[in-house]
Amino acid sequence: MSTNYQLKRADFIFKNENDWEEVLSKSISRPPQELINELISSELKGRGGAGFPTGLKWKVSSEVKSDVKYVICNADEGEPGTFKDREILSMVPFKVLTAIAICGYVIGAKEGFIYLRGEYNFLRPELLKAINEFEYYCKEIKLDFSIKIFMGSGAYICGEETALFESMEGKRGEPRNKPPYPTLSGYMGKPTVINNVETLAHTYTIFKYGSKRFYDLGVQYSRGSKLFSVSGDTPKPGIYELELGMSLSDFVEEFGDDDTKAVQVGGASGFLVPRKRFSETNIGFQGKLVGISLPTGGSMMLFNSSRSMYNVLDNYLNFFAEESCGQCTPCRVGCQQLLKGIKAVKRGEKNAQYLDKMLKLAETMQVTAKCGLGQSVGNSFSSIVENFREEMIY
Amino acid sequence: MPKNYFMGKNLKITINGATVEVAKGASILDAAGQAGVIIPTLCYHKDLCVAGNCRVCVVELVGQKRLSPACATPCEEGMEVLTNTLKVRNSRKHIIELLLSEHNADCTSCYKNGKCELQSLASEYKIMNQDFINLIPFHNYTIDMFSPSIIKDDSKCIRCQRCVRTCAELQGVNALTMSYKGEHAKITTFFEKAMNDVVCTNCGQCINHCPTGALVEKNYIEEVWNAIADKTKHVVVQTAPSVRVGLGEELGFEPGERVTGKMVSALKRLGFDAVMDTDFTADLTIMEEGTELLTRLKKALVDKDPNIKLPMTTSCSPGWIKFIEHMYPEYLGNLSSCKSPQQMFGALVKTYYAKARNLDPANIISVSIMPCTAKKFEANRPEMHDSGYRDVDLVLTTRELAIMIKQAGIDFLKLEDSHYDRLMGESTGAGVIFGATGGVMEAALRTAYELVTGREVPFENLNINPVRGIEGIREATIKIENTLKEWSFLEGVELKCAIAHGLANAKIVMDEIKSGKANYHFIEFMACPGGCLGGGGQPLPTSPEIRARRAAAIYAEDAGMPLRKSHLNPEVVKIYKDFLVKPCGEMSHKLLHTKYTPRKRR
Repeated sequence: MSTNYQLKRADFIFKNENDWEEVLSKSISRPPQELINELISSELKGRGGAGFPTGLKWKVSSEVKSDVKYVICNADEGEPGTFKDREILSMVPFKVLTAIAICGYVIGAKEGFIYLRGEYNFLRPELLKAINEFEYYCKEIKLDFSIKIFMGSGAYICGEETALFESMEGKRGEPRNKPPYPTLSGYMGKPTVINNVETLAHTYTIFKYGSKRFYDLGVQYSRGSKLFSVSGDTPKPGIYELELGMSLSDFVEEFGDDDTKAVQVGGASGFLVPRKRFSETNIGFQGKLVGISLPTGGSMMLFNSSRSMYNVLDNYLNFFAEESCGQCTPCRVGCQQLLKGIKAVKRGEKNAQYLDKMLKLAETMQVTAKCGLGQSVGNSFSSIVENFREEMIY
Repeated sequence: MPKNYFMGKNLKITINGATVEVAKGASILDAAGQAGVIIPTLCYHKDLCVAGNCRVCVVELVGQKRLSPACATPCEEGMEVLTNTLKVRNSRKHIIELLLSEHNADCTSCYKNGKCELQSLASEYKIMNQDFINLIPFHNYTIDMFSPSIIKDDSKCIRCQRCVRTCAELQGVNALTMSYKGEHAKITTFFEKAMNDVVCTNCGQCINHCPTGALVEKNYIEEVWNAIADKTKHVVVQTAPSVRVGLGEELGFEPGERVTGKMVSALKRLGFDAVMDTDFTADLTIMEEGTELLTRLKKALVDKDPNIKLPMTTSCSPGWIKFIEHMYPEYLGNLSSCKSPQQMFGALVKTYYAKARNLDPANIISVSIMPCTAKKFEANRPEMHDSGYRDVDLVLTTRELAIMIKQAGIDFLKLEDSHYDRLMGESTGAGVIFGATGGVMEAALRTAYELVTGREVPFENLNINPVRGIEGIREATIKIENTLKEWSFLEGVELKCAIAHGLANAKIVMDEIKSGKANYHFIEFMACPGGCLGGGGQPLPTSPEIRARRAAAIYAEDAGMPLRKSHLNPEVVKIYKDFLVKPCGEMSHKLLHTKYTPRKRR
């Protein structure tokens, strides 16, 4: 354990307070606008990784006129290195259920869904029990709201919100064109709020303690705490709730094994940060902070000097080439080209300058791909190739 | 959404600095078209819903880091669009390069060489050096050549899904779908069976909408050349109604040009021994089908025969036939038993024509020029051997005929007009309009009404406008009054007709019939959008505008004919006198009528 311990731990999400009935009944006795304002002033941003302001999402959906609306909890936790949502759903399911129902109350939805990742099938029985109990209470307090579980089938792309809708509608899981956005036209073409499991759990905290408790944590543009799934070359892998805005060097100080060469922030679709940039990198959403801010869905993978960054990249690209939905050209073909390209360079079939051509391709993928998957392949590719170029060649 | 929802609500955007006013709801691509700015596209097609997956049409929106697909991005007030920046050009070039890297760009030996949209984009963007790794060897691609109509070559597919959308939206067949994901994503059939073994109607609309050579017709050009060169064979050719309004597009004319006379001259120059007209058997179809309809009506209305199936539906479109065989086999009894004009012609060539010309039918090769790929399948049906031989030996599409004309070095633009050969070359305007949706209905009504009442149909210039048009499903009711004595049972009957084109529309009508909602007497079904003139074998590209121009040409051809009613065709009169005796008679039943095969839905 390091001596100059800088990390600020928080303990909201997993605190088992067992007061969800009270939080629910109190919240739905407040006007929806007040709850939205509470969320907006908390500055909570989506915890799935993209960081869209949650309050705004709820506000837009609440303003759309429609008889039918939906709330969907995105539990398709598929980003490599992320495993926090699983824990939330098994440890504190009622917080999530409560948040879904409050959201339903706010926007005017009577139905909520949990889109549960196929591999999390084992969570289903307990979750169903919780839903039963929850719905029973809803009936008691005369709240017309039901929650269903929809099982995913294991495709990474179905964590993308519009692909998730397609999947729920019984179609092939392919992202849609945006606009229209889900807040206007989501599941079954109806206004839909779709939030990550953790985001919903945070709204519980906010509704319970008020926005200030949440806002006081973290730094400007990145308020509140966040769960981190720490894995890789670390003596203490696991899930930690930390305040946002910490510097990566503090993080490595705490979780590294004194030989950390690089940290992958945000999973396969995130950025690789080499040791020399630890101190100037902060974990949080992009804003006007000094230095680099990297958002993350929670995945923090540490690599020590025994790791080949070529192998890491090869692994990521294999993942993307497999998990792209195959719909749009930049992603479908681009992933294959990047994967085959680094192999060709490694084998000497292409010269080192080919890496530069691929960096340009990665840029094109970032600006032309249809959804977040294709747009973010370039993140890990460029950050790894630029920082560990020699490992790619030799 | 109501049609006039956007009316009066315009918004302004700028494209490359110039202001454009567009209707609300218009895409950037629409706006660019209005402003005279060309944006390249691949997955976009006017007939289909927007997919936005090829990303070739990306443009830059001022203030946004990411590029936006022009086809899938709606205009917003004040939007500033840039279509020709370095970023846009480089991105497009990258995307074309990527597509080429997964495409078997074996252009010189490709059937679509010169007609491929990817090829022309590559040429436009001057992709001179292909640096990216050729991905073809990493995949186990197959070429499906089992179908008599369609060849599917996965190695040339760029996953634009135009075929998938065509098969689903226009045809409601869903023979093709996207399967697997990522690097393995490809267009497949049910369980990756051959096209021949799945529910595919062979309509060829997928070919019409494929931008590359991944889906093409199975061509029989060499077989026809060989037949022509064989001096022991007498090669007869027939041309379908809509070929004459499409062929010109492949040979230097604008869409909608009628080239009947030039086409006949070209066919004669190619070396066919006799050039005759499918329109003749179209007229014959009217005699047979009209009689069949009236007989059914009599049996149903007078004899109250419970075995008579109404509504009666047309049977000219082989795509529709295969569709109903798969999807509604319980309704095969509703199909007219008449063969299609192509197959009637085939059966007569090797009997009536052979006898009249004193030829051995074994030495006759009957070739047909069709706007259609399903006709290739139809000619291949085992039951189509009523002449004692295969009735139609070789079927070429309009496109294949154009290739032959080019190969023969014929300057089509300079050709004089010629006439069809006698015996089975005469036709009326009623036969010509078979090529357009509603045409068979109109032709049938012209003859049937007159047969029953002794008077012409009560429409100005015989133009039965209610059955014309482009709506996917149309209805018309014609009241029969003051009948001749022998048809008095039809006095006062309101003949209810419906017309559907595009199999997705056919499905809607069939489901209505199935649910008992619809009570028609007679329905015309055509597999392809616009009828045969929009067939799967017609020139590329296709679009609603091009089909409208072909339709206008068809009706102009009809209006210009001296005879407009099938029963007045002198060669039809002659064939009944000399050979067939009477419509739906014994000889007709042997040669001109057929049976259908119930098929499974998978």
